[in-house]
Amino acid sequence: MRKILSSDTIRLLIPALSLTILLISVFYLQPRAMSYTGLNLLFNLSVPIALATIAQMLIMTVNDLDLSMGTFVSFIACVAATFLQATPVLGILILAAAVATYAAMGVLIHVRNLPSIVVTLGMSFVWGGLAVLILPAPGGQAPEWIRAVMISKPPFVPMAIIASITIAVVSHFLIMRSSFGVILRGVGGNARSVERAGWSIIRARAATYALAAVFAILAGISLVGLTTAADANIALRYTLLSIAGVILGGGEFTGGRVSPIGAVIGALTLTLAGSFLSFLRISPDWQIGAQGAILIVVLGLRLLLNRLERREKRA
Amino acid sequence: MTRLAALARRPWIWSFVAALTVWAATILFTGGSSTVGLSQAALTFAAFSILVGIGQMFVITLGPGNIDLCVPATMTLAGTVALKFMDVDNTLILPGLIVAIAIGVAVGIGNYALIKLLQIPPIIATLSMSFIVQSTAIWTNRGLRIKPPEALAKFTTETSFGIPNVAFVALVLSVLAYVLLQRTVYGRWIAAIGQSIRAARMAGIPVDGTRFVTYILCAVLAAICGYLLASFSGGAALNMGSEYLLMSIAVVVIGGTAVAGGDSNVPGIWGASLFMFLVVSMLNTYGAGAGIRLIMTGLIIIAVIVLAGGRNPNQR
Amino acid sequence: MTDEPQRHAVIEVSDARVSFGAVKALDGVTMTIMPGECVGLVGHNGAGKSTIVNVINGGLTPHSGTIRCSGTVAPRYGIGTARANGVRCVFQELSLCPNLTVIENTRVMHRTLTGWGWRRRAAAIIKAKLDAIFPGHGIDVASPVSDLSIAERQMVEIATAFSQVAQPVRLVILDEPTSSLDASLATQLLAYVRTFVASGGSVIFISHILGEILSTSDRIVVMKDGRVVAERAAAEFDEHSLVAAMGSVVKGRDIAKTIKPTDGLQPLLTAPPRRGKGLPFQAFSGEIIGLAGLGGHGQTDALVDLYLSRTGSWLNGRAPQVTFVAGDRALNGVFPLWSILKNLSIAHLSGLSRRGGMLDDPGEAALGQAWKERIEIRTPDVDNPILSLSGGNQQKVLFARALATPAPAVLMDDPMRGVDIGTKQEVYAILRAEAEKGRTFIWYSTEMDEVCLCDRVYVFNNGAIVAELKGDDVTEKNILAASFMGAAA
Repeated sequence: MRKILSSDTIRLLIPALSLTILLISVFYLQPRAMSYTGLNLLFNLSVPIALATIAQMLIMTVNDLDLSMGTFVSFIACVAATFLQATPVLGILILAAAVATYAAMGVLIHVRNLPSIVVTLGMSFVWGGLAVLILPAPGGQAPEWIRAVMISKPPFVPMAIIASITIAVVSHFLIMRSSFGVILRGVGGNARSVERAGWSIIRARAATYALAAVFAILAGISLVGLTTAADANIALRYTLLSIAGVILGGGEFTGGRVSPIGAVIGALTLTLAGSFLSFLRISPDWQIGAQGAILIVVLGLRLLLNRLERREKRA
Repeated sequence: MTRLAALARRPWIWSFVAALTVWAATILFTGGSSTVGLSQAALTFAAFSILVGIGQMFVITLGPGNIDLCVPATMTLAGTVALKFMDVDNTLILPGLIVAIAIGVAVGIGNYALIKLLQIPPIIATLSMSFIVQSTAIWTNRGLRIKPPEALAKFTTETSFGIPNVAFVALVLSVLAYVLLQRTVYGRWIAAIGQSIRAARMAGIPVDGTRFVTYILCAVLAAICGYLLASFSGGAALNMGSEYLLMSIAVVVIGGTAVAGGDSNVPGIWGASLFMFLVVSMLNTYGAGAGIRLIMTGLIIIAVIVLAGGRNPNQR
Repeated sequence: MTDEPQRHAVIEVSDARVSFGAVKALDGVTMTIMPGECVGLVGHNGAGKSTIVNVINGGLTPHSGTIRCSGTVAPRYGIGTARANGVRCVFQELSLCPNLTVIENTRVMHRTLTGWGWRRRAAAIIKAKLDAIFPGHGIDVASPVSDLSIAERQMVEIATAFSQVAQPVRLVILDEPTSSLDASLATQLLAYVRTFVASGGSVIFISHILGEILSTSDRIVVMKDGRVVAERAAAEFDEHSLVAAMGSVVKGRDIAKTIKPTDGLQPLLTAPPRRGKGLPFQAFSGEIIGLAGLGGHGQTDALVDLYLSRTGSWLNGRAPQVTFVAGDRALNGVFPLWSILKNLSIAHLSGLSRRGGMLDDPGEAALGQAWKERIEIRTPDVDNPILSLSGGNQQKVLFARALATPAPAVLMDDPMRGVDIGTKQEVYAILRAEAEKGRTFIWYSTEMDEVCLCDRVYVFNNGAIVAELKGDDVTEKNILAASFMGAAA
C-alpha cells in the first residue's frame, strides 16, 4: 500500500497552491500585472524577504528561533549603505565579524543550553543599537554594483523572479541535497542519534548559525539595493515575516522539517498578499491582517490534510 | 546575616539592586537636582512595562514555547477603540475601560482558539493573531489622533502623594497578580503546567482550561495597559505598542522568572521595569546616544540569561 | 564450536559494574564475544541487558571493570572507539531521524559518504543491504523515514547497522529487533544473522521470544539482577529450562487471596477491548488488579487512556473518579522546582481551597504532616525541595499525592521501578490497607513478585489483553505462559 504523495510533497503542495491561486486572482483583477514590469513590481520586495526567510529557516532547522532577524537585516542594510559603499574592505570585515557573532551565538546557546528566543531577543537590541550608531537618521547610499544588480532588466524574465528561483535552488541544494545539509537537518530531527553516530552537535549548530547569518547579510544588501538608502528600522518587520514565511512554506518549529523551496514560496505569497488587496481596492490597512489570515488558512489546510492522511494510514 | 543571605537567594533581589545602583549613579551625576523628577518618571514609565510584563509572565510561566507575541497589537487596538468609544466624554471613562477589557478577552480567546484548533505552537498562533489585530487597529485608527477624555488624561499624567497614579494602578494589579500566583489554586496550576505539562495533566489539572484563562489574562492586562498608555500620551498612536513586544519579554527574564517556565516572580518585574527605564535615563544623562542605550540593554539581557540559564537542563 | 583459544575475542568485558543510585544495574558482568558467533542474551526487564549493551557500544562507561577489543585493553572506550572497532547497535527505541530520507539516514551513520554523488552511493549501499536481508522488502529508499511503517523503519535500521562503508562491521547488537517485525520478516532477519555469523561476523541477539533465541544463537547468556546467572551452548537449553533460568528465586509467598464474588456487582471502571482485539477490562471496588505481560506491550497506554478518558482537560470536577501514580518520575511525575509539600498536595488542591480558589495553608500543612508520618517520608521538613529526596522517597510522595485524593480508583504505572526493597514492603502494606477500605488499584508492574500480589491480573500482548487470571491462578508460571502465548502466534 504505497501512497501517491509523500507527506513532504503535500507540505510543499499547499503553499504552491496558495501562491498560484493568489497569482491567478491578481491577474484576473489586474490583467496588466501579467507583464514583465508588472511581475517585477509585484515581486520586487520579495527578494530580501525570501533571503531572510531562508536565514530564519536555517535557525529553525536546529529547533531554534531567531527573534533578531529584523534588526540584524536592518543593521546589515545600514552597513551596506555606509561602510560597504565607502570603504569596502572595512565593510567586508564588519560582515565577517557579524557571521562570527552568529556562530558564537549558536555555540553559546548550545553550551549553556539557553533558550534561543531570549538570547536572540537580547541580540536584537544590540543589532538595533549598532544600526542606530551607524545611521542615526535615514541615509547612506547603496553601493553601485548592488544597485545595478537589483534594478537590472534581464531579457524575458524579471530580475525578481530570477533571483527568487536562484535563492530557492541554491538553498535547496545546500540544505536538502548536500551531505552537509543532511547533518544539519539530522540535528533537528534526532540530535541524539546524530551524536551517537559520532558527529559534533556544537559544530553543526555553529555552522547553521553562521550560514543563517550569510543569508541574512544577503537579505540586507539586496534590500539596500532596492531602496538605495537605509535606516535603522528599515527591516524590523522581517522578524515576524520570516517566521511566517517559513511556516507558510511548510516548515515546522521542531523536528528539522523544513523546505527551502517552500520558504521562498511562502515569502512570495506574503509579498503578494499586499498587492492582491490593493487590486481588490481594499484599504492597505488590511495588508498585515491579510498576511495573518493567509497564515491561519494555510495552517488550517495543512492540519486538515494531515488528519486525512493519518486516517488513511490507519485504514 | 542569615536573613541577608536568604534575601540574596531571592531571584528578584538582583533586579532591585541593579535598579537602585543605576538610580544612585544617575542622581550622583546630576548632583541630586533631578531626584524627584527622575523617580517619578521612572515609576510612570515602569508602570506600563509592569502591566504588560505581568501578563507576559503568566504566559511564560506556562512553560517552554509559551509566549504572547500579540501584546503590542492588543495594546494598540484597545487604546484606539477605547478612546474612539469615549470620544472625549468624561462620563464614558468606565465604560471605555470595559470596552478595552472586552477587547483583551476577545483577543485572548482568539489566541487560544488558534493554539488549540490549529494545534500550532503559541508563538505562531499569537503571531498570526497579532497581524489581524494590528490591521484592525490600523483600520479603526485611520491615522486620526483622538484625544482622551480630559479627566482620564489628567488621572494618568498626575501624581497623588508624590507618586504617579499609573504606578498605583500597577501596584494594585501587581498585588492581585501576586495573590493569584502565590495564594490560589490557579497559581499552583500554572506553575505545575510550566514544570511539566504531562505531569500536570496526570495530576488531574485541567490543563486546557488553565492555559485558556492565562492567555485571556495576558491579553486583558495588555489591553488595560494600552488604554492607560493611550490616555497618558494624549491619544492612541499606531506604533504605541511596538516597543513593548521585546520589553514585555525582557522585564520577565531580567526579573528572575524562569524562561523554561514553572517559576514566576512578580516583585522582579518591578525591579526589572525600573531598571530598564533607569538604564536608559542614566545613559542619557551621561550623554550616550540611542545606539549605546540599545546595545547596553541587549547585553544586559544576554548577561542575565547566561547567568541565570542552564538551571533546568531537562527543558528547553 | 567457535571458541578456539588462539583467536582474539571481538569484545571482552570483564567484571563490569554500573550502578544508578542505589540500584545496581550491572553487578560484575563478564562477557566475551568471539568472532563468528551469535550470542543470545535473555533476562527479565531490569536484568541489565540494556546496560551491558550500552557498555559494549560505548554509550556508557562502567564504574569499574575493563573492556578489551581484539585482545588489547581500550583505556578510554567510548562511542568512537566502539565504532572504530566495528561495533554497531540496533537500539530498542528507533534511532533514525524521522525527518530525513532513508538515504540521508545512511549518510548520518557513515561519515565518509561525502562529495559528489554521495546520494547515489548511499542509495546503492543501503539498497543492497536491504535486498540481502529482507528480499522483496519494497522500501523506497528515497522516502522520508516518517512515511515508513514501524516495521519498515526497523528494517532500515537493521540494514544500516549491517552495511559497511569504511570500517568492517565486526559485531552487531540486535536489541529486540523482531518486536515490530512480522513472522516472515523475522525469519528473513534470523536467516541473515546466520549468514553473517557464518562469514565470520558476530551478533549479540536480545529477544523476549525464546524460540528465536534458541534457534538462532550459538550460545545463550541469561542475566538476572545485573548478573550473569547462566551461560551455556544454545543446544543445552530448551524453552522450559530457559524460563526456569530467568525466573525469580523468591517464590511461594503465601498470601491468602480472596476472590471476591463480582457477579451482579456494578463495575467501577470498564474499558472495551483495545483496538477491538482481546478481552475487555473491568475493575470492581476494593480490588487490586495487575496488568502484566512483557514490558512495553501497551499496559502504560491502557492506563493513560483510562485516566484521560475520565478526567477533564477544561474543567476540574470536585470529585475525581481516578488518580494516577507515575512510574517515570522525571517525565510525568514530580514537579522538580517545588517542595515536597507542594508536590504532595497538587492533586487534591480543590479539596484544600476555600471559596474563590484561595488556598488553605494550615489545611495543606496538616495534610503534608499527616502523610509524612503515615508513609514515612524521610525528610526533616516537607518544605524541602522534592529533589532532595531519594528516588524511593520521591515515589512515596507520588503515592501520597494519589492517596490523598478522594478518588476511588488509583492507576499505577510501574511505580516501583528503581525503588529499594524496604520502601516496596511499606508501600505494599499501605496498598493492602487502602484496598480493604474499598479503594481499587490498577497496577502495571514489570516485576513478577508485584504482579503476583494482585487479586486479579490482565496479561497484555501487543497492545491487547490476551488473558485474565484470578486468585490462585495468579502465578509466575501462568503469567509467563500467557505473555509468550500471543507473541509466538
